[in-house]
Amino acid sequence: MKPVNFDYYAPSSVDEALDTLAELGYDGKVLAGGQSLIAAMNFRMARPSALVDLNNVPELSYIKPTADGGLAIGTMTRVHAVEHSPEVAKRFPLLVEVAKYIAHPQIRRRGTFGGAIAHADPAGQLPSISMVMNMQALIRGKGKERWVDAPDLIIGPFMTVIEPDEMLAELVIKPHPPRTGAKYVQVSRQSGGYAQSAVASVVTLDEKDVCKDVHMVLMSVAEVPILSEKAREILIGSKPTKEAIEAVAEAATTSEIDPASDLHASADYRRSITRVLIVRSLTEAFERAKRGG
Amino acid sequence: MTGKYFGKPVKRLEDKFLLTGNAKFIDDIQLPGMLHAAFLRSDYAHAKIIKIDYSEALKRPGVVAVYTAEDFGDFWKPGPLQVPPPTAIPGSKFNARTLVPIAKDKIRFSGEPLAVVIAESRYIAEDAFDDIIVDVEPLPAVVDLEKAWEDTSVLVHDDLGTNLAALVTQESGSYEEAKKQADVVVSKRMLIEHVAAAAMENRGFVVNWDERNQELTVWAGTQSPLTIRGSISRALGLAESQVHVITPYIGGGFGPKVMSSQADDVLLPWISKQLKRPIKWIEDRRENFLATTSERDQVHHCEIALKKDGTILGFKDVFYHNTGAYDSYGMTVPLNTQTHTVSNYRVPNFYTQIRMVFTNQMVVTPVRGAGRSEGIHAMERMIDFAAHELGMDPVELRLKNLLKPEEFPLKTGIIGQDFVEGVLDSGDYLGNMKMCLDMVEYDKFRKEIQPKARKEGKRLGIGVVAFTEGTAVGPYEGVKLTVSTNGKVTLATGYSSQGQGHFTVFAQIVADALNVKVEDVKVITGDTLHFAWGAGTFASRGATLVGTATHLASQKVRAKIFATASKALGVPEDQVDLCEGSVCVIGKPESSIPLGTLASMANPMRGVVEPGVEPGLEATAYYGPPHGATGSGACAVILDIDPDTCKPTIERFVLVHDCGTVINPLLLEGQLQGGVSMGIGNAFYEKMVYDENGQMVTASFMDYLMPLASDMPKKIEMGHLHTPSPLNPLGIKGVGEAGALPPPPAFAQAFEDAFYDKKLELLESNLSPSVIFSYLKKAEGE
Amino acid sequence: MSKLFPVTVTVNGKVYERQVEPRLLLSDFLRHDLGLLGTHVGCEHGICGACTILFDGEAVRSCLIFAVQANGHEINTVESLGTPENLHPLQQSFTDKHALQCGFCTPGFLMTLVPFLEENPKPTEDEIREAIDGNICRCTGYEKIVEAVQDAAEKMTQKK
Repeated sequence: MKPVNFDYYAPSSVDEALDTLAELGYDGKVLAGGQSLIAAMNFRMARPSALVDLNNVPELSYIKPTADGGLAIGTMTRVHAVEHSPEVAKRFPLLVEVAKYIAHPQIRRRGTFGGAIAHADPAGQLPSISMVMNMQALIRGKGKERWVDAPDLIIGPFMTVIEPDEMLAELVIKPHPPRTGAKYVQVSRQSGGYAQSAVASVVTLDEKDVCKDVHMVLMSVAEVPILSEKAREILIGSKPTKEAIEAVAEAATTSEIDPASDLHASADYRRSITRVLIVRSLTEAFERAKRGG
Repeated sequence: MTGKYFGKPVKRLEDKFLLTGNAKFIDDIQLPGMLHAAFLRSDYAHAKIIKIDYSEALKRPGVVAVYTAEDFGDFWKPGPLQVPPPTAIPGSKFNARTLVPIAKDKIRFSGEPLAVVIAESRYIAEDAFDDIIVDVEPLPAVVDLEKAWEDTSVLVHDDLGTNLAALVTQESGSYEEAKKQADVVVSKRMLIEHVAAAAMENRGFVVNWDERNQELTVWAGTQSPLTIRGSISRALGLAESQVHVITPYIGGGFGPKVMSSQADDVLLPWISKQLKRPIKWIEDRRENFLATTSERDQVHHCEIALKKDGTILGFKDVFYHNTGAYDSYGMTVPLNTQTHTVSNYRVPNFYTQIRMVFTNQMVVTPVRGAGRSEGIHAMERMIDFAAHELGMDPVELRLKNLLKPEEFPLKTGIIGQDFVEGVLDSGDYLGNMKMCLDMVEYDKFRKEIQPKARKEGKRLGIGVVAFTEGTAVGPYEGVKLTVSTNGKVTLATGYSSQGQGHFTVFAQIVADALNVKVEDVKVITGDTLHFAWGAGTFASRGATLVGTATHLASQKVRAKIFATASKALGVPEDQVDLCEGSVCVIGKPESSIPLGTLASMANPMRGVVEPGVEPGLEATAYYGPPHGATGSGACAVILDIDPDTCKPTIERFVLVHDCGTVINPLLLEGQLQGGVSMGIGNAFYEKMVYDENGQMVTASFMDYLMPLASDMPKKIEMGHLHTPSPLNPLGIKGVGEAGALPPPPAFAQAFEDAFYDKKLELLESNLSPSVIFSYLKKAEGE
Repeated sequence: MSKLFPVTVTVNGKVYERQVEPRLLLSDFLRHDLGLLGTHVGCEHGICGACTILFDGEAVRSCLIFAVQANGHEINTVESLGTPENLHPLQQSFTDKHALQCGFCTPGFLMTLVPFLEENPKPTEDEIREAIDGNICRCTGYEKIVEAVQDAAEKMTQKK
């Protein structure tokens, strides 16, 4: 289990990295934390001909408050840094909650926030979370940059709109409105393992406890993470009663997901636990919203 | 029996090297001019080889040589039958088709070696795989055991005309007669699923042919250095004295490392002789999953016949056993199944049939549990199903039928892996069970805890099982014990060590016998230059066989010490005393001789010795038991199951065990805890899966789930009974595999108990939440 | 042989300069290029944790980092802890509590736990189990490893 050889580039600035990516075109691949990529390379399932290593670009690693009270997170910020950032804990405790489920501590030390999202593993937590939080992704290429909403970033399993000469540079999270609550729940076989199903909800209540807004993502139950439309249809404008939440669980699991059977869980089991997880996630998210988020 | 060290929780002598990175493992061997081997392995499970073209690979810089089966000429042949079948079972059939070192003409399992690349580095060797063109004609794969038994349309070995590897029927009493007397007969079909040993260190092999000395040196991560020395010498036409096998520190064994005559130990010595260069091969995790051996994977068709009051009259078990593509390891595993199926209970009539099947899968050899797991699982589950049928508490049914201490020794009428009729030597199976029930507070659980939990809507279930572990089988092991002139003692054995603590437990026995400090006893394991006799590390036999041989050798050396000291001190032997590290005259401690000095005296350089006197404070001893010693135990588990996700939390885990006399209670706990973690893995997490094409779909730790720290119960509550074995002077029984045995049936029972109202009957051994969910759905009629 | 890259790396306080292929895994580099054999390789896909080392003080998998990426960084391996004659307190607790059997996974556990105990001098049992969930041990069943960590934590805090 030794990787194939490749050309190696270790730019020390973003501009240098973008020049290299532009030069390499389809031959180049970004190396961020490498915690998925290098494992795949050791199996020789991934055989990139050139790697552009971003680990020597300090300017890509940061957690910065934005003017509107949100956060901007540099693509090379380690998951561990996000997990332990007081800024993140204060503004987006959901991210801290999720981070603890991502693999094991040693992987989180090295694995990066942006790398995990750009990897677009349908069973990975961060791509789903980027969608439910509606993060804005800054994609940069040589002499060009564009912003893409996270739900539009991921177009298939392990597929994003990022072109070979581009890279994901930053993720921006807008502040939550008042009375917003969020909750991530998952079922996996073991700690640090892939989720067999996971649900994250971000909900906002008005002053009369009526649901103003809801985003709910369903993970590992279809080819790509699913942003639930049913949750919005059913909940927005009404009180999130037990019955309403159960109606969302029923509707979402019958019409929005398409779970597959694999080694560790049947499709039926996935559907069943997803239903449970939707109820758990929404119930707690609304509770948190009531308490002020 | 206790001494200064024997019976005490002595800390391990080997730890300080292991903890600091100073223990030499196989991949730590580095020789000048060493080349690296990698095996190109088949992606197909079953195929005809048309052509393998490696001409391009030879052009790659750094590639030194490439070989396929054709290149080995007459040297290529199927390997030896490492374990022959017992001849004593009348009417048994065994078709020997032994492992070939590298596929020729036909591929029989996915992962089978097709070519071996020798290169300057492992990286380059793997690169060369891309250059090799393998042209094959794929064949349908034989995967399903029961189907393969009947269906001869696809054959793993064409010349056999069948996929039957073995058919063995054994019976004590008459099951059919018993059935006629029975009030209740219950029949079930059960799966016991395929698992990996997954030692943390993979296998490895380093070989160096010394042309000048005409000697081959081999370093191997093997459980059986003498078997490997024998097979290599025979294959190369060398005398055993020309082949020196060294086992370095080994990162866990658990069974598969006992298998020899594989591609590495057959082909690499030959290649090293050809190239006159040392060669290293380190198995990677993917190879370990695909091509090292694995185990379990049986399908049982069981029937139990009982009286209304729960008395067991008879048991019948016809089981299919997957041997994989070859059967070099004989029938060890299914014979263990046969001997363990009824070993806990009074079963006057027992019929058991092995249907061993060739499949297009990796070879099956023992993995911790080694057939015992399957037999115990089958029996324990059938008792549960019978209890459901009889409306009895499963514990009550067990108590009624467990063997009593006065019934030992008990001849079972079933011939086992050691080729002799099974004899349960001693034990207190009822005592184990009663202690276990007390510890888990069974009555309180049934009367108070569970009813209360059920009222609260909780799914709390209990499982209680009994088990035996046949250990310490023959033929024999031996040691050589030497007191050195520096006063320290060296013990050499042919046994190899994979972390069991042999360096400490054997030293404890010696230290007490010779009254030296335990740290002054150095144990050398598995180095054929130091000791060249023995069978290998398997069947929990180290402490008993090597331990007893150590005891015997210690007594011999002790006698030599007394004889030599008597002369040197000028007093009769009964006036000589062993002080720590020296000999002295009783009552006159000032008149003493250090052991090292005495060792010099025992090797006179001039003068005359008396007839019959052998030099040195040294002795060799061997021990071979007439049959194995049987350990036993009982286990209780309480599970709290989340009804929404079917995920269990282990609330309690109680294990009572009896392995006779204990040499080191600290290490005993370690063995049991480690075994339990593997058993819990088997019950919940670990499952090797082949698809219908014979492709293993669990060839990584991402898919093959190993139990982690947070998966284990917080505390394994342990109780110990000590019924010494009458078979050996120290009263020892083995313990290596015990912990792995009870979890799967205990967990199944606990799941069924938690969902008592759903009347589940769990008919497989790996009970993932998704599997439990599917049983629940079925019970609800969905 | 593709292009070689210079690597200057400090391992256990000592500076090494080597030329490496970019694909060379840090685990192989430490073991075979530098001869630091205490770091073990168990799976090469980042699950078993046997190869865990400290990279700038943080516990990471050395099988999921290329040696070339260690250029300019500081690495610590198990060889940086105690010696057979003078064990690190955590190593002492491991032997006292019988927290190792074959010992192959042990260096990875130790390198995971050393920084963990620095950050969490008084960990709860759950925290310990979470911390070592990224390390597989096939021999011990983990119970005695947890005990060893508790023991070491106690002794190391007393010392301070």
